[in-house]
Amino acid sequence: MSPWLVLAGLGAFHGINPAMGWLFAVALGLHRDSRSALWLSLIPIAAGHAVSIALVAAAIVFLGLVVEPQLLERVAGIFLIAWAAYYAVYGHRHRVRIGMTTGLAGLGLWSFLMATGHGAGLMLVPVIIPLCLSASPAGELTASGSLPVALAAIGVHTGALLATTALVAGVVYEWAGLAFLRQGWINMDMIWVAALLATGLILIL
Amino acid sequence: MATWKPDPSFYPSPRMAAKAPIEKLAYVAAFDPDRKKPDAIAVVDVDPKSATYAEIVGQVEMPNTGDELHHFGWNACSSCLCPNAPHPHVERRYLVVPGLRSSRLHIIDTKPDPKNPKIVKVIEPEEIAEKAGYSRLHTIHCGPEGIYVNALGNGEGKAPGGIFLLDHDNFEVLGQWEMDRGPQKLAYDFWWHLGHDTMVTSEWGTPDTFENGLVPEVLLGSKYGRRIHFWDLHKRKHLQEIDLGEEHQLVFELRPAHDPTKAYGFVGCVISLKDLSASIWTWYRDGSKWAIKKVIEIPAEPADPDRLPPILKGFKAVPPLVTDIDLSMDDRFLYVSCWGTGDMIQYDVTDPFKPKETGRVRIGGIVSRATHPGARNGALNGGPQMVEVSRDGKRVYFTNSLYGAIDPQFYPEGIDGWMVKLDVGDNGGIDFDERFFVDWPKGHRPHQVRLEGGDCSSDSYCYP
Repeated sequence: MSPWLVLAGLGAFHGINPAMGWLFAVALGLHRDSRSALWLSLIPIAAGHAVSIALVAAAIVFLGLVVEPQLLERVAGIFLIAWAAYYAVYGHRHRVRIGMTTGLAGLGLWSFLMATGHGAGLMLVPVIIPLCLSASPAGELTASGSLPVALAAIGVHTGALLATTALVAGVVYEWAGLAFLRQGWINMDMIWVAALLATGLILIL
Repeated sequence: MATWKPDPSFYPSPRMAAKAPIEKLAYVAAFDPDRKKPDAIAVVDVDPKSATYAEIVGQVEMPNTGDELHHFGWNACSSCLCPNAPHPHVERRYLVVPGLRSSRLHIIDTKPDPKNPKIVKVIEPEEIAEKAGYSRLHTIHCGPEGIYVNALGNGEGKAPGGIFLLDHDNFEVLGQWEMDRGPQKLAYDFWWHLGHDTMVTSEWGTPDTFENGLVPEVLLGSKYGRRIHFWDLHKRKHLQEIDLGEEHQLVFELRPAHDPTKAYGFVGCVISLKDLSASIWTWYRDGSKWAIKKVIEIPAEPADPDRLPPILKGFKAVPPLVTDIDLSMDDRFLYVSCWGTGDMIQYDVTDPFKPKETGRVRIGGIVSRATHPGARNGALNGGPQMVEVSRDGKRVYFTNSLYGAIDPQFYPEGIDGWMVKLDVGDNGGIDFDERFFVDWPKGHRPHQVRLEGGDCSSDSYCYP
């Protein structure tokens, strides 16, 4: 499958998770009784997510400049598995810093913290490394070769996340309502842990 | 353990919670005022179709004596669905039961057999004092950062009282909640407006001023609590205090509107030094500040001094003593317990600044000793006290004991425990369910009631 499709698919996967922002957007729309509050909140949600992803991508590219690609994949894989273990145990045990009266900056910070805590960027590493490698003719990671590819990867992922978040938030706010959460909110955290583990294993093996 | 779907008793909004299935069991804290036998959580059958309706069908005893079990709560509730701190894949399963006198915390599992709950963990007062710096545990609420427990004293039993956090999975004491307590010293109740990121706390007094009963000099000197405090719920920082004034003493139960978009709530003040009246106040958002207004004043009733306990003889009147209030899930009806006069009053608070009385029953009372159709002896003591409303607002349960050391100051012959239930009319109005009178077994007095699956003072919501 095209790595770009995988990036977009992971964007949709992240976007569909209530903990990544669509639910917060719906809640803010309901609280302020304002459709525009919902749509406006999508911008910081996407931005916070993109910054979190970008930091991971930057770290990968930077590491790639100093270590061999194979070693890089191993290190990243071990890190992902460790993160999965951390998240399984401590995922929801953190300070709650942002509440329902938050402004757009607070919402952006919230989205950044949620994406980072969930390891959203780490999940993209197995796709980003080969993309960056293929961008340079010698099959090595170079800053000049990697930068545009990494930026494009972040753009594709965030675009898919934003589209999914907007779609789900819009449908729930306008038609579906929140009652379905009682039955329909399956434990995304378990799926995330499995996804992080699988991603880590892909990198190592 | 994490579950695959949210607990079925979690509801996104109070509107949805009001349509929840009817409760079949109630959990009731029961304590021994003589501190000789262990306190217990009793299980009362509240299913009218059951053969054991209005009977105690199970009980779990505490491992020690003298705890004085108080306002217990659930490990998790509907606030787990909040968008900013989502973690809905936990079970509403454990009761967190504090001892007000012992400062001990009990975790009780209601899951395998709801009628036969079991203690799974006991946290000793030393651990709480060391990790959180508090003692005299009073009220439990499940909320955004785990389980919140408030305490009336610090680790040494002095001021300040405050709040600490408990992990809702493993029940470890996480530490003190406050980061900046400002001028707050006294504690009693606490709750919050999740929609407005605001914590509200109220005031009673330090343990030395209530553990041997109310101290008349402290009361008449207006040294008990008379303020409410507003906090930033997430920064854990004191924002504002409001003094109800020198005449108002003992600011107790806080009932914020369930609808998270509304920024108002009700608090009861037990007694006025001016005329022994009790009052209900509405706090509300006024611009960028919180404000408060007295909306109900319940007068004292003149009485023959011969029929009054020593503490009241000189006043020749029975104070209403509003010791608990509860707000229905739709924020429409406020129930007010008058532990002194024996009244349970229902107000329509659709307009929170203009309450209208819509129902009143009388049972017990310092002078009235009103009876109940289901009672045998015809002269009940104690009065309406801890009150709980079903999620659909159709049933109201209450018990008659306040606090072991204070009960005999107002009911010198002691209190014979009872628990009763009211049926609520569609547009207000309250009546006793004649079939529901729990003549509480001697040796224990009933206190806080919690309903299976949640009730009107257990859950908070993030969506309107």
